[in-house]
Amino acid sequence: MSAVLEVTDIKKNFGGISAVGGVSFDVREGEILGLIGPNGCGKSTLFNCILGQLTPSGGEVKLDGKIVTGLRPAELNKLGVSRTFQLLQVFPKLSVRENLILAGQEHQGSMASRLVGRSDAGLTGAANQMIGFFKLDHLADEPAGGLSYGQQKLLDAAMAFMGGPRLVLLDEPAGGVNPSMLTDLKERLVAINREKNATFVVIEHNMEFVMSLCSRVMVMAEGKVLAMGRPDEVRKNPAVIEAYLGH
Amino acid sequence: MSGFAKPLKIALGLAVIAALIVVPMNFNRYGLFILSQWAVMAIAAMGLNLTLGYAGQVSLAQGAFVGIGAYAAAIMTTHGWPLPAAIVVAIALSFAVGWVLGYPALRVQHHYLAFVTLAFSTLAFLVFRNESWLTGGIYGISNIPRPHIFGIATNKPLPFYYVCLGSLAIVSLAVWWLIRSPWGRAFMALRENPLRAQSLGIDTRRYTLMAFAIGSALGGVAGALYAPLTQYIDPVPFNLSLSLDLLMMVIVGGAGFFLGPFLGAMIAVLLPEWLRFTEGYYLMLYAIAVMGLLIWSPTGILGILDRYLAERRTKAASALRAVAKSRLETVQ
Repeated sequence: MSAVLEVTDIKKNFGGISAVGGVSFDVREGEILGLIGPNGCGKSTLFNCILGQLTPSGGEVKLDGKIVTGLRPAELNKLGVSRTFQLLQVFPKLSVRENLILAGQEHQGSMASRLVGRSDAGLTGAANQMIGFFKLDHLADEPAGGLSYGQQKLLDAAMAFMGGPRLVLLDEPAGGVNPSMLTDLKERLVAINREKNATFVVIEHNMEFVMSLCSRVMVMAEGKVLAMGRPDEVRKNPAVIEAYLGH
Repeated sequence: MSGFAKPLKIALGLAVIAALIVVPMNFNRYGLFILSQWAVMAIAAMGLNLTLGYAGQVSLAQGAFVGIGAYAAAIMTTHGWPLPAAIVVAIALSFAVGWVLGYPALRVQHHYLAFVTLAFSTLAFLVFRNESWLTGGIYGISNIPRPHIFGIATNKPLPFYYVCLGSLAIVSLAVWWLIRSPWGRAFMALRENPLRAQSLGIDTRRYTLMAFAIGSALGGVAGALYAPLTQYIDPVPFNLSLSLDLLMMVIVGGAGFFLGPFLGAMIAVLLPEWLRFTEGYYLMLYAIAVMGLLIWSPTGILGILDRYLAERRTKAASALRAVAKSRLETVQ
């Protein structure tokens, strides 16, 4: 399988502190790669460097073999790279459906066509489908800010899928989501991964969730890659156990 | 606003429009002047509401764009050009200048952006005052003609009021279309969460510039109507206090509400007239009323209505839930 994303020696310094100290890995087409590590090990910073939200201090990011380092987040998104956020980032005053239409509208036509075209950019159908898929039907017309935390997390994930992305980076999708909803979320992710052939990278602290969802897991500690491999291999790796449990 | 039935809203809207057409027929010259001024200021405030209320970009320069539009119209119409041509030039000019003024907004936000636009406002005022070869300097430009529309002279106050009201109607429809389009949604995304907007492919740079340019262009339209309304312009009406007045109209009416600027302009233009009987005290009363309103409802007058309707909806929804729950319990 070919690599969708190739990351080579990405570094990020904040002043004198190195948050990410030379990380290299690749993500294969259609896989779900888990990214774990103790708090503050540089996972989210790495995401932000890949996605153009931060400018890396060094290194290179390739998407489908083409260098995309330094592209702006909106440009990357149009190339099919989407993301969810660790903290809630929905648009609270817009309804659930409007949030989803917004998430998809920039992916079709030109800016001028969106001014003269239909108010919903022809996306009401696609938004309703996504609402049904994530079982948010009864909340479609509610302002997103009125939803429970877990429901907003689901909406956040649904928004990331509206543009039909090839690669989705999910930052702690399970954080704060209750166990019954978690099973739902996992099912949805697996279904999108299989049906739409979307590739995922998932940051997560919930070990059970990561280990059962991902085909490979990368472990980071102190800004570097500590281990990479199948979930069962990683779980037995002595260096990983030490990083998590300490001495 | 879904608390009101749709037919009721339409009927109310039609009644207001009919009143705006019919009632002023008996007004005297001064009353018509004030009402025309309301229509012109509502257009300018609608522009600022787009930039500030919808797209969340602070601007203290809207008055300067009214000035740019007014001078463009005054200079062109006194040189024999028809007003519609002058309006087109006013729109193009303030759109272009507004676009350029949008660039600082890509780097700074909130009160820093306010200062940048404030500096621009001062700069524009100095150009109006000092470049006398073009603007007539402190003596201004007088004898600005009023247009002939479809062969009808609008010299008299009533026909010109209808020119202002018609322009307001056209601008309102255009703005209504804009905020309901995907652009309006993108503007709101810019206001609520630019970081998330970027990650959804929204070109925040281009939308920010557009928000400034379109909002400023409406300021230009207002100015191009203001010049033939007063028939004489000098730099003083376009100084910083006009920008602050327009900002207050948007905030008091309700920033980010479609009808906010209409209400805000009404209060700013008409209330001082109604309070005239209090003689020396009217500005004080006016200031106290505005302070009181903003303490009570920081989201303006329409914010009060919006909160009331939201509360009613929540109550209705929880009542429905309670009914459903009790039914469920009786079944068990």
